[in-house]
Amino acid sequence: MIRIERRLTESRWLVAAVPAGSLVAAAILSGLILLVTGHDPVATWSRLLDRGFFAPGAMSATLVTATPLLLTGLAAAAAFRMQTWNIGAEGQLYLGAVGASGIGIALRDQSPFLVIPAMILAGIVTGAAWAAIPGVLRAYTRTNEIITSLMLNYVAGLLMSYLIFDSHSYWRDLSTFTARVFPQGKYLPDAASWPNFPLGGIAIPLGFVLGMIAAAVLWVIYTATRFGFEARVIGDSRAAAHYAGIRTRRKIVAVMALSGALAGIGGASEIGDFRHVLDPRGLQQASFGYAGIVVAALARLNPFAVIVVAILLGGLSNAGFSLQGATFPAGLVGTLQGLILFCALAGELLVHYRIRFARRAGAAPPAPVPARAEIA
Amino acid sequence: MRGITKRFPGVLANDQVDFEALPGEVHALLGENGAGKSTLSNILTGLYRPDEGEMLLYGKPATFHAPRDAIDAGVGMVHQHFRLAASFTVAENLVLGHRDAADRGLLLEPRVVEGRIAELSRRYRMPVNPRARIWQLSVGEQQRVEILKVLYRGARILILDEPTSQLTPQEADDLFQTLRLMAAEQRTIIFISHKLEEVMAVSNRVTVLRRGKVIGTVMTGDTNTRELARMMVGRDVVFTQKKQGPAQAERQVALELRQVSATGDLGTPALHNVNLTVHAGEIVGVAGVAGNGQHELAEVVTGMRRRTSGQVIVTGRPARGSNPLEAIRRGIAYVPDDRLGTGVAPSLSVAENLVLKAFRRPPISTQGFLHPRRIRANAVELMRRFNIAASSPQTPARQLSGGNIQKVLLARELSSHPRVLVACSPTSGLDVGATDTVRGLLLEAARDGVGILLISEDLDEILALADRIAVLYGGRITGIVERQHAEVEQLGLMMAGAATK
Ligand SMILES: Nc1ncnc2c1ncn2[C@@H]1O[C@H](COP(=O)(O)OP(=O)(O)OP(=O)(O)O)[C@@H](O)[C@H]1O
Ligand SMILES: [Mg+2]
Repeated sequence: MIRIERRLTESRWLVAAVPAGSLVAAAILSGLILLVTGHDPVATWSRLLDRGFFAPGAMSATLVTATPLLLTGLAAAAAFRMQTWNIGAEGQLYLGAVGASGIGIALRDQSPFLVIPAMILAGIVTGAAWAAIPGVLRAYTRTNEIITSLMLNYVAGLLMSYLIFDSHSYWRDLSTFTARVFPQGKYLPDAASWPNFPLGGIAIPLGFVLGMIAAAVLWVIYTATRFGFEARVIGDSRAAAHYAGIRTRRKIVAVMALSGALAGIGGASEIGDFRHVLDPRGLQQASFGYAGIVVAALARLNPFAVIVVAILLGGLSNAGFSLQGATFPAGLVGTLQGLILFCALAGELLVHYRIRFARRAGAAPPAPVPARAEIA
Repeated sequence: MRGITKRFPGVLANDQVDFEALPGEVHALLGENGAGKSTLSNILTGLYRPDEGEMLLYGKPATFHAPRDAIDAGVGMVHQHFRLAASFTVAENLVLGHRDAADRGLLLEPRVVEGRIAELSRRYRMPVNPRARIWQLSVGEQQRVEILKVLYRGARILILDEPTSQLTPQEADDLFQTLRLMAAEQRTIIFISHKLEEVMAVSNRVTVLRRGKVIGTVMTGDTNTRELARMMVGRDVVFTQKKQGPAQAERQVALELRQVSATGDLGTPALHNVNLTVHAGEIVGVAGVAGNGQHELAEVVTGMRRRTSGQVIVTGRPARGSNPLEAIRRGIAYVPDDRLGTGVAPSLSVAENLVLKAFRRPPISTQGFLHPRRIRANAVELMRRFNIAASSPQTPARQLSGGNIQKVLLARELSSHPRVLVACSPTSGLDVGATDTVRGLLLEAARDGVGILLISEDLDEILALADRIAVLYGGRITGIVERQHAEVEQLGLMMAGAATK
């Protein structure tokens, strides 16, 4: 029989050894699959690494994918640290995109120095407001935030679609005949394009820089401020927080809003850095919000680890796109990516749980109580 | 158990412990706070694995990898801090995680379970309603559920870790009855307690631990409380703490309750028009059988519970709302009876728990930022002053021994320079030495002008410390007596509801 037991203590060496072990496991498993399907594993891996990180331009492309993952990963980490389960980064990112694109269009003739900060701010405000809804419901009516924040993702998706496909909204481009027949959003002016910061041949998007700053801020908040201390007490024990005079309800709303603001910046960056138009289909297909939950979990809610994990996952997914072709089906790419993620999460589980293979305990019937014998 | 050794980072919790207990005996395990009693029991129940040593059950070697192995082998434990699922019923808690239930799939058969519970509770004289939800039960009732749970799983060896520390004397007597019944059936009872009288009353043999080592095992009949205390502490223990002289005449009023009413957790009235005054420097004891409104009284004063009417006045100013933060700011300190649940954040460190309230103010924080070095210095200082045994200030509070958690609470509350201290059973779970220290601290606080509301079911403690004693019965104050005029019999009658003047 196999048993899974929770470990009482997390041993130190496991924390270090397990990620390495998961990597090896992932390599062996994916290697087997590659061999079976008639591909050369070593060549495939080196191509994977090359396309993901080392080829010219690969790292820049990876950062494009990593940027929204970084921000939604931070969003999840911010909330999860207080045991508040915001599953709504997806919808909060959409709303951030709606807000930022709206402002970008509205300020069409202004200087970038006004437009870009305004877009960032709009992303923060709309994302935070959207996340505050499940926050308020949780705090004041004890509604489960997992369900409400998840449901609001669908609402946000529909709202975006409505703005572009089903209405003559401010966001929709109605200037040409084709645009009226094939609905699309208004493109943002050049002044609303966010700058890149080149570093040794790698273009670092503004959104990624904001994400790194946000990671540092989040770390400071949780380790060194009153706000973070209160959030940690609440996350540990609601009763103790109440006892310590911490205003639990306000804090829940505040942390949800913080989380939503981070996802909102992700949405704003999608508009300002990459898409320059509100693109409901593209955003919904990417599902950065859900991926952010995985990023946060793999990073064990550590904001700096979120940066690393976001880059790794971003590279993995980019390399996947460039691997697929005539001889390399998309399904195989997905399988490889899934395997790597699976091994990483399984390893994560191993740090917390231990698996034992044992004969069924208690198979031998307990001895009858002897009249007088030594026990213990 | 032979040669059991268990190390935690920085502590040797059990050091070459040899221990044996026989069927049909009640074996008491004694020792100071942090002596390693809970650790030893956790090893016996498979929660921890020993670093060294072996265990023999009925003569056969046994190794437990998980609590379930111990349960299968007939070893059950009632923990110092209960582990029941609050929103489930008694019956559900009993079958929770139980193999029988798993084997039959997800379907519980409530009637079968309830029938067995009824049978067990009749047999061991532990009345309990199987359909009640845990949060509706008093601590004493929850305890019965814990014991029933262990019996339900067929335990022949029962370990009770400080089972009486939160029980009323009456409940404790009932429990002893039950323990004797179980011993008479050739079960083995291992009984952990700090109350030497209880140990003398209920046990057949006593094993004393000190700093993880066995000091000795003696027959209860051949010893006395004085000798046991000496074995525990290593020196003679004399209770020095007695409140000196009468209450200081007419000092400033620290706390006043006027016509305060409140409802309990179940929405039923719990306090009726309570009037009570505590002067600065005075200790007012609130005696009564648990469940007569003590918990609600403490919570109303500390702002944790809304009052339905009346006023709470601290140093002349009435409290505006019911809010813990306001109470903290006005200098009301609170030692709740539910330590691990309410009094500390269990996963946070000792250092963080020591600033659980002070973190808002300088020097611990300024402009919203915390000062880790000051938090640490504060912890080092308080750990020294209050003799808190923890391997470091960074240790999670959860890992401290029960008595040391209590010390963390007291250290935090007393170091906040309160005007009023509401202390619920402040010495329950503390060893004799620590009890003495805490009583000394309370008296010292009173000398410094703190008004103390001492809520306790331990009449001896109240008689030792309080200037005046109020008796709470059915949510009403049924009488207030000066300590000099207090008689135990009279108090007992009042606690049982006989009205007097
Ligand atoms: N999980 C743990 N990790 C680290 N240290 C621990 C852990 N559990 C207990 N300890 C330490 O081991 C020592 C023995 O603790 P234990 O809980 O066995 O004491 P105890 O005799 O039950 O005391 P008390 O009467 O206060 O409950 C203490 O110093 C405690 O801090
Ligand atoms: Mg203990």
